[in-house]
Amino acid sequence: MTIALMTDIHANREAFEACLAHAGDHGVDQFVFLGDFVGYGADPEWVLDTLIDLVARGATALMGNHDAAAIGALSTHLNPSARQCIDWTRPRLSEAHVKFLSDLPLSAQDGPCLYVHANGWDPARFEYVFGPLEAGRSMQVARARITFCGHMHEPMLYHMGLPQRVETFAPVPGSPIPLSAARRWLALPGSVGQPRDGNPAACYAMFDELTSLLTFWRVPYDHQQAAQKVLQAGLPPQLASLLLTGGAV
Amino acid sequence: MSRPPPLEPGQRIDGFELQERVHRGGMGTLWRVTRPDLTQPAVMKVPAIQEDPTAIVGFEVEQMILPLLSGPHVPRFIAAGGFEAQPYIVMEYIEGQSLRPKLEQAPLPALQVASIGAQVAEALHDLHQQHVIHLDLKPSNILFRPGGAAVLVDYGLARHERLPDLLAEEFRLPLGTGPYISPEQVLRVRDDPRSDLFALGAVLYHLATGQRAFGNPTTVSGLRKRLYRAPTPPRAHNPDCPPWLQEIILHCLEVDAEQRYGSAAQVAFDLTHPQTVALTARANWTGRLSIGERLRRWVRSVGATPERRTVTRQLQRAPIVVVAVDASQEWEALADAVRAAARRVLQSEPQARLACVSVLKTSRIAPEAPTDEAGRNLHVQRLVQLQHWARPLALAPQRVTYHVLEAPDPAEAIIDYARANRVDHIIVGCRGLSGLRRYLGSVSTRVVAEAPCSVTVVKVPREEMAQAALAG
Repeated sequence: MTIALMTDIHANREAFEACLAHAGDHGVDQFVFLGDFVGYGADPEWVLDTLIDLVARGATALMGNHDAAAIGALSTHLNPSARQCIDWTRPRLSEAHVKFLSDLPLSAQDGPCLYVHANGWDPARFEYVFGPLEAGRSMQVARARITFCGHMHEPMLYHMGLPQRVETFAPVPGSPIPLSAARRWLALPGSVGQPRDGNPAACYAMFDELTSLLTFWRVPYDHQQAAQKVLQAGLPPQLASLLLTGGAV
Repeated sequence: MSRPPPLEPGQRIDGFELQERVHRGGMGTLWRVTRPDLTQPAVMKVPAIQEDPTAIVGFEVEQMILPLLSGPHVPRFIAAGGFEAQPYIVMEYIEGQSLRPKLEQAPLPALQVASIGAQVAEALHDLHQQHVIHLDLKPSNILFRPGGAAVLVDYGLARHERLPDLLAEEFRLPLGTGPYISPEQVLRVRDDPRSDLFALGAVLYHLATGQRAFGNPTTVSGLRKRLYRAPTPPRAHNPDCPPWLQEIILHCLEVDAEQRYGSAAQVAFDLTHPQTVALTARANWTGRLSIGERLRRWVRSVGATPERRTVTRQLQRAPIVVVAVDASQEWEALADAVRAAARRVLQSEPQARLACVSVLKTSRIAPEAPTDEAGRNLHVQRLVQLQHWARPLALAPQRVTYHVLEAPDPAEAIIDYARANRVDHIIVGCRGLSGLRRYLGSVSTRVVAEAPCSVTVVKVPREEMAQAALAG
């Protein structure tokens, strides 16, 4: 079974479509979506319709903080531009969209894998895995050997062996990594709809359960079109430039 | 982790039947194993699960890297078992002894040292091209196939540039083997392929002299000495060691990786062409470092932070470039254009090496040493022409070599040369496709079609060629 891990799609139809097509070409037969389907982008309706269809066919989807905000269920803070996007998104959601978002769980576990949006120690509080410190905290409490997290918009892989030291690895796109059974792993696939590591190409990861091989991917897509739609929708212009630069400062 | 019961002959693990124990070392044991479907002999490596975490992580590293490797210079991976039950790796059994017993016979004759060294360098280059640095190259990890190809074993300390380094930060001590570990490994840098060239230099040193270049230190301060103390030059131990071999060995053993060969292919090139090795002060150096120089090196070694670079990038920086030169007056415009193309490649990669090649066409029937009407040796004439052609490039002698190949088929000679020397790039001129050549196929067309590497074909505008031909 080959699982595609996609997260932080953020209503970016162009990026999501490109990643789905890429996953289709690479033999993916299961999808896990780690949350934050709306906010920032101009196509929440299309993105949610597509997800509802995929979940009906067996995909797993989790709740992110932007999703919680969109149904008025977020207790924590959201930055002003994200808040503005959520206010723009809300009236566009159908009843079916709201029901889909409301039913999303905060985490899911399947065999050796734990799926969460933000972290493994308290998924509901949406605290970030900024670095090895938080990654270690998450890996220590997780019952699963491998944790997949969204929320951070940069691809990264953390691992921890017997001496409990956490190591950080910046993955090379397209190179499969064997996840040794002798240690714990925490993988951040990076964001589909709003990468922030200076590369505008969409991020997602693929995990082969049988061989335990994890592959990070970068998928180029028409980010100019996606940025243009953000501007046309009247959303904050800095969100359009984020898509154009991939978050480079 | 509980300690598994000791293994016995006849025992079965995941379908493999244990035959006999063939080796027992600090990191684990090797068993001959059989399985009905295996056509080749195989060995099972079982780690010594002791309190030493390096052994456990090293085994994990080897389990991760070995399945990704292929080709004649690595043992073929067959199967692996995880730590939840009995951890093991099953791989192809390599007949024959390691290089270790050869050390007893050292010092060996120079040409034998060079031949062994070239095989090992070829294996290292193949490994580096697969994005892996061995980091524990030593005689006991070098085996030879019956055909002569070197096989590198034991990837417990290896580094794959596209995988997480499980050994990176977990261990505070340098990882490697005392006599062979490179200065940058002593400083805990684990991502420079030239560390393996240093270890190769230490192996060659031992084979050429019968002595260890740096003794067998076991403490960190003992290991650090190689950052500021140069080894006794090989010729001081063994006067029969020729200057070219000392040049190659000390070039591999440079403290600063940037001063070593750029790639294992470049080492193999020199070991297979002793007569073209450019001798520097290293070749005839007989003494020890002055106190001043040792002090200078020691000061530099304190707080030294080697530059980080990936394996792939280092190989790209240090290509072997072949330029096929037709230096006859008639094709001067083309020879100029070929030189300009070579200059662009050499300027963009300062560690690139240039091999200037000219093919002297011989008859298939009588392949004797060709001479012209006046009885002059054409081979020597061609060599002189090649050197004259390359002079405007103003290259340091260590960066350029000259080769006249005698062969009936120029295209085939260039292609064979490129394959034998692991050439990365060929630059060849094209005289245009007119007349007979259109039907017979030009040299450049065949080189492009059949060469095992990138080929740049250089052309000059038709009119310029015509004028040059007239003037000539």
